[in-house]
Amino acid sequence: MGGIPHDHYEPKSNSEKWLHRRLPVVGLMYDTLMIPTPKNLNWMWIWGIVLTFCLALQIITGIVLAMHYTPHVDSAFASVEHIMRNVNGGYMLRYMHQNGASLFFVAVYAHIFRGLYYGSYKAPREITWIIGMLIYLLMMGTAFMGYVLPWGQMSFWGATVITGLFGAIPFVGESLQTLLLGGPAVDNATLNRFFSLHYLFPFVIAGLVIIHIWAFHTTGNNNPTGVEVRRTSKEDAEKDTLPFWPYFVIKDLFALAVILLVFFAIVGFMPNYLGHPDNYIEANPLSTPAHIVPEWYFLPFYAILRAFTSDVWVVIIAETLTGGIIDAKFFGVLAMFGAIAVMALAPWLDTSSVRSGRYRPMFKWWFWLLVVDFFVLMWLGAMPAEEPYATFSLIASAYWFAYFLVILPLLGVIEKPMTPPATIQEDFEAHYPAKTDGGSPAVNPAE
Amino acid sequence: MSNAEDHAGTRRDFLYYATAGTGAVAVGAAVWPLVNQMNPSADVLALSSIRVDVGDLAPGSQMTVKWLGKPVFIRRRTEEEIAEAQAVDLADLPDNDARNENLPSGVDGDDGNRFLPPPAGSEDAVAGEWLVMMGVCTHLGCVPLGDAGDFGGWFCPCHGSHYDTSGRIRKGPAPTNLPVPPAEFVDETTIKLG
Repeated sequence: MGGIPHDHYEPKSNSEKWLHRRLPVVGLMYDTLMIPTPKNLNWMWIWGIVLTFCLALQIITGIVLAMHYTPHVDSAFASVEHIMRNVNGGYMLRYMHQNGASLFFVAVYAHIFRGLYYGSYKAPREITWIIGMLIYLLMMGTAFMGYVLPWGQMSFWGATVITGLFGAIPFVGESLQTLLLGGPAVDNATLNRFFSLHYLFPFVIAGLVIIHIWAFHTTGNNNPTGVEVRRTSKEDAEKDTLPFWPYFVIKDLFALAVILLVFFAIVGFMPNYLGHPDNYIEANPLSTPAHIVPEWYFLPFYAILRAFTSDVWVVIIAETLTGGIIDAKFFGVLAMFGAIAVMALAPWLDTSSVRSGRYRPMFKWWFWLLVVDFFVLMWLGAMPAEEPYATFSLIASAYWFAYFLVILPLLGVIEKPMTPPATIQEDFEAHYPAKTDGGSPAVNPAE
Repeated sequence: MSNAEDHAGTRRDFLYYATAGTGAVAVGAAVWPLVNQMNPSADVLALSSIRVDVGDLAPGSQMTVKWLGKPVFIRRRTEEEIAEAQAVDLADLPDNDARNENLPSGVDGDDGNRFLPPPAGSEDAVAGEWLVMMGVCTHLGCVPLGDAGDFGGWFCPCHGSHYDTSGRIRKGPAPTNLPVPPAEFVDETTIKLG
């Protein structure tokens, strides 16, 4: 598969040769698992496995939950309570699925910020990055529709607000919103189609995950130095890498075990900590809860959505320039999706010649400010829409855009980066000096 | 290149374009029903009109009824509320449009263009007493709370839109006034919606 020189699968027995001649599936699995992986990967490179685990967890628990759930406005809420009280182990399955979504987003945000810090998005990994952003968008869609299914107050009003975003699009918005809802308001037709799509999207995500893995197996993994694995010969490549199996699999599984310890503590002892009590009240189209808050993983972008009200000067300019086509409502929607779009464009906005943030003295500060900004936005998204939070939201949203649209392009010009090590081996040996008592560790003992 | 080869190329190109064109039409014809099935079904579209008994509504109180899946506010306003709504300078309105489906489009947002005319033949009715409008915030569709907000009218808890006692947007992210649906008095105490 990959471009890094390494040993490929050789069928040995007659039956292996028989199969390999007809369908090289064992070879595909072998080459995928044995991919040469930079040996200096740190603990931020474990999130891929955690994400893969989350996708499997959500699909498996979701399929069994669907065996007991009824997607109809008259029965949905009761069927979820039926799962909680009557179905054998149903409460555990539902709590794992519900908190599994949160773990999924913890992992995806860690994974994305890892990529932002170490420049994993930069050439030649743009396709991996874009596919990843598509997966993230689909994850948000899936999580949103899944949250509607229990048909509680937050389900209903969350669905009303989010589908209202599409209604803000000029000219086609209202027909688009009606198309999404299947009627003038969120109702049975909406619940039915959300159930259908909530079941479909994870399999689309699974397909994109395969393409994501295919893409970075072609380019090779990035690593904390941002220096590429040497491809000059198999011997050089082996000095920079170790096979994924067993070295990184075992490391990743250890990390996963630690994370699952925390996960199951939450599932077992505080399963509703990340939820909202209002969602245990059945949906009522005539009464909005006093304080609508999306799930925590949507809060940063929700804060950006709310930040641009009609009295903000950029909104006023946009409204004047477009003759009112872009009003405050549509501007907020554009800002929210734009916040993700600028992140997806990072490969082309970052002009620095050095890939890893480790060797970029100025970039580091701006990056960590972006991380802080992300958490500040998350906090602001949960606050009521009033002062001083409105002003804070505007400042925090402005920094999010400034980071991608101004700081990343400018840093490449004004920053003087440090010199990264020439090879991954050099970086590795600086941390783990080769033993002097002769007999250096076997390069590839697993093979 | 000879003319014969040119001709062959042209005819082959034509076949490619014809095939691609037919394919595109066929795909479009197959996809459209799959998209269109998501539009409202016949039972949802069957526009219902409902009659609401407002005989028990005292001045200063309001009721919420569900019409076409959405809440409709029916408020019997007090004289102070009416006076407050009529005193507003139209230049202060972010949306100076009546948004009243019972009137031609484009009339201004004066309170006189917002309320429901009293039932025919009731001389003692207070003018402008009845206000009927959709209870759906024009920002992102939450239901605003009554008797709340900075203008004594409605307040949307979702993103902080303030409406006055005539249901007009005054402050916050909502772009337009709460729309007035088709409504009329059919007798002394009954309002017909739709």
